[in-house]
Amino acid sequence: MTTMFTPDHEWINIEDHEAAVVGITLHAQDALGDVVFVDLPEVGRTYKKGEVVGVVESVKAAADVYMPVEGEVVEVNEALRADPSLANKDPMGEGWFFKVHVTHMEQFDELMDPPAYDKLLTTL
Amino acid sequence: MSAETLKNTPLHELHVELGAKMVPFAGYDMPVSYPSGILAEHRQCRESAALFDVSHMGQVRLAGDGAAKALESLVPMDVVDLAPGKQRYALFTSEHGGILDDLMITRRGAEFGGDLLLVVNAACKDADTRHLVTHIGHRCVVQPLPQRALLALQGPKAVAALARLAPGVAALTFMSGARFDIAGADCFVTRSGYTGEDGFEISVDDDRAAGLARQLLAQPEVKPAGLGARDTLRLEAGLCLYGHDIDDKTTPVEAGLTWAIQKVRRPGGARAGHYPGAAVIESQLAGAPGYKRVGLLGLEKLPVREGAKLSDAKGHAVGRVTSGTLGPTVGKPIAMAYLASNHAAAGSEVYADVRGKPQPMRVVALPFSPHRYHRG
Repeated sequence: MTTMFTPDHEWINIEDHEAAVVGITLHAQDALGDVVFVDLPEVGRTYKKGEVVGVVESVKAAADVYMPVEGEVVEVNEALRADPSLANKDPMGEGWFFKVHVTHMEQFDELMDPPAYDKLLTTL
Repeated sequence: MSAETLKNTPLHELHVELGAKMVPFAGYDMPVSYPSGILAEHRQCRESAALFDVSHMGQVRLAGDGAAKALESLVPMDVVDLAPGKQRYALFTSEHGGILDDLMITRRGAEFGGDLLLVVNAACKDADTRHLVTHIGHRCVVQPLPQRALLALQGPKAVAALARLAPGVAALTFMSGARFDIAGADCFVTRSGYTGEDGFEISVDDDRAAGLARQLLAQPEVKPAGLGARDTLRLEAGLCLYGHDIDDKTTPVEAGLTWAIQKVRRPGGARAGHYPGAAVIESQLAGAPGYKRVGLLGLEKLPVREGAKLSDAKGHAVGRVTSGTLGPTVGKPIAMAYLASNHAAAGSEVYADVRGKPQPMRVVALPFSPHRYHRG
């Protein structure tokens, strides 16, 4: 499985082993509504799993973005900073948030796979 | 509150059919937005026309010869001289000069016996009714109208859409109202609203409301909008939200609502005072309150929300934000706040604390987005 999910409605894709890509899920952007601002993490800084690394603001509310796994942020999506609506239009693609160099693969494996995340969504 | 205990408006089925995202609000299951989203609904209202269900709000009728004089004992407004067909913004005040609720009063014409139609906030309507019955129930008839729905059609093209169904509405001017037959429904229509745009509020029997809403949505100018857009629109228009920008701890003077207190009710006026909290409010009118409600425009991009603490350049606390968002039309963070009077002049800069990051904001005159009412 190359895409995993967190209970906080982030996705992480590790297809490229240099760095995993992180974003918010379709459900997260739908719950937030129109995204108008994103605060992205610092490139070059290492964050712990569960640490707040960013904020996504919609017209109605602000929500924290958490680090799904420990690692160093190697790139942030400047296109998303310029056009936060990408998080609504293409949350699993163009609307990605940042890339992280994963140092503890076991943390990735512990996350939810797509069926597990889908199951979580049915309970909401 | 569980879904079982939430009340529905007569348009509930229509909201669900339109795919609305429903949320609990003031005891009702209400649409916060439709699939188009808050930003598109906001734009729809600024550019064309948007239909809002505001049936959760309370409508109360006051009847009898003494009604206007009696109501003046609870609000610092001129109700007695309100001409038939005219509407006025009003405030129920507390003994301490705070605001118990804000409301609209319309003096209806002779066919209604010159009664008063009050529209009050959903969350306050039970308390408001008790307040009216307790204090003036012996002087006039106090009749809640729970079987009346309320629709708001707002936007520059609202008049074109509504006049197609009831041509007479085009003759109304801002803050006036009359009875109209709209698509077979007996309606009381006022030219007013809560968006800063031209538009109408339509009071109609609940069994005719959904049919009327469908007729309005069938007009090419009109799309539905939810409570989310209603909030961003009213904030850009500088209009207060009860329980946030005004409450029982804020006085009309601190809230910058002294324009709503007519001369005849102020010291020296023919019917000065004799409303709850008059002594406190009159002393503030004569002097200067410690705090004032202001508009704040963000100088950076981060939205500033309700509850954000405000400080001066040296870090001293000077106030707090009571409503805030990114203004969809303004394109910048906007907020309403209470600021210490010495910081409240237009042009002053203060800093809002957003997750530990100070965001510079400038005090500006309200509204953020110009009002476009039809004053005739």
